[in-house]
Amino acid sequence: MIYVDNKDFVIPGEVLADDDFYSDRGTFKESGKICSSLIGLISIRNKKIRVIPLKSKYIPKKGEVVIGKIEDVKFSMWDVNINSPYSAFLPAFEVFKREKRELSKVYDVGDVLFLKVLDVDEVKKVKLGLKGRGMGKFKEGIIVNITPTKVPRLIGKKGSMINMIKDKTNCNIIVGQNGLVWVKGEKEMEQLTKNIIELIEAEAHTSGLTDRIKNKLNSILGVDDEDEFAFFDDETDELEKPRLQNFKDELKIEEEDDFSE
Amino acid sequence: MITDGVRVDGRKLDELRPTKIEVGVLERADGSAYLEVGGNKIIAGVYGPRESYIRRLLEPNTGVIRCRYNMAPFSVDDRKRPGPDRRSSEISKITADALRPSLMLENYPRSMVDVFIEVIEAEGGTRCAGITAASVALADAGIPMTDIVVACAAGKVDGEIVLDLSEKEDKEGEADLPIAIMPRTGEVTLLQSDGNLSEEEFSKALDLAIDGCMQISEIQKEALKNKYLESME
Repeated sequence: MIYVDNKDFVIPGEVLADDDFYSDRGTFKESGKICSSLIGLISIRNKKIRVIPLKSKYIPKKGEVVIGKIEDVKFSMWDVNINSPYSAFLPAFEVFKREKRELSKVYDVGDVLFLKVLDVDEVKKVKLGLKGRGMGKFKEGIIVNITPTKVPRLIGKKGSMINMIKDKTNCNIIVGQNGLVWVKGEKEMEQLTKNIIELIEAEAHTSGLTDRIKNKLNSILGVDDEDEFAFFDDETDELEKPRLQNFKDELKIEEEDDFSE
Repeated sequence: MITDGVRVDGRKLDELRPTKIEVGVLERADGSAYLEVGGNKIIAGVYGPRESYIRRLLEPNTGVIRCRYNMAPFSVDDRKRPGPDRRSSEISKITADALRPSLMLENYPRSMVDVFIEVIEAEGGTRCAGITAASVALADAGIPMTDIVVACAAGKVDGEIVLDLSEKEDKEGEADLPIAIMPRTGEVTLLQSDGNLSEEEFSKALDLAIDGCMQISEIQKEALKNKYLESME
């Protein structure tokens, strides 16, 4: 027996289903009932019930890419703020190998870097590295902050959303898994992209979003591309429906995505 | 203080004061709620889970919750001397204890959740109102929890068992019994008692308070749903 539908809005403690379903992330089982533990939207697939949270904190996992800000320079490492309950560090070894150099001359307090999570140890210390394409310090550009759970929505399926925004605004955009987004382009375009990203965050739970964002960008930029539009219509219809179920897939795509441009 | 089953403020014996909850009132907090119960005005703000800046409080296998209950100097008729005192330390502690059983912080080991409850205006029953507001703010912050804790008081005034005591009834009445429960399971997470109640009166007051909690719980759920459904349209 199930008491909710796909995409229903639920609050903590709400009873979702009886025992014949499986409890997935964002839910818990208590005396034969599956209940929600978060504020979010329901996603049901293969008898698995999951709650997609509307707000969350970033919990670092090995292999994910993040954007971080240097907070302190120590003797042999940098302390990095990655917008998470756990503090992260970048060991000097990851940057220089065996070479001896002064740390603050390479990265100083306030620098923003694109990094990879190498390891999260048992005391939840997050070790960062720079291995990978496009990793390193950002020059210029602005940083936009969104809720980490909405990162997949900003990327879109196979990067449809992010690539569309990149095309339209001619900005370089890099999305960290921790909800920080780096944007670089012309000053006005940076501001426009920031507004668009914030709009996506606010409306992440609505369907047909890629379409509407494209529409909006077109009207702001005064571009009119009807033909391309029709093509987009079909594509989004197909990908918008399974959106919530595809959160995980989208995350994977994001990891494989090539950020170096 | 009670004439023909009507109390000083015109309520029936088992009637709550008008209650209003608003979610997400603070921009910079992770979660927040504003609550009005009768003449009480309370803001609750939640930060976290975040890195604990107090090492000795850390738990290696779970997150911890800290509460701070504070009354504004202008919240009562006589000026309240600012700063922590015996009473607010006690309420801070019981609030944390009342909320803790509902939270699932196992996924956030070595982290800390901070709850701040600020009483802007007080008119009796602020500890219950504080817990009610804090739990809504915790849900708003996206912290995993098994239920939304709700608190309400019952008491004895003029020999009658009444629900949701006002300031006057609390001061001049015979007994006060604030409780907090998790409404889905009915588990009690806070039970305090001030004054004298017979066994019979106690169980009557407890039932009445649980009934009041259930009513407030509906208002909490309504408030949370309203905020997010609004943003979905």
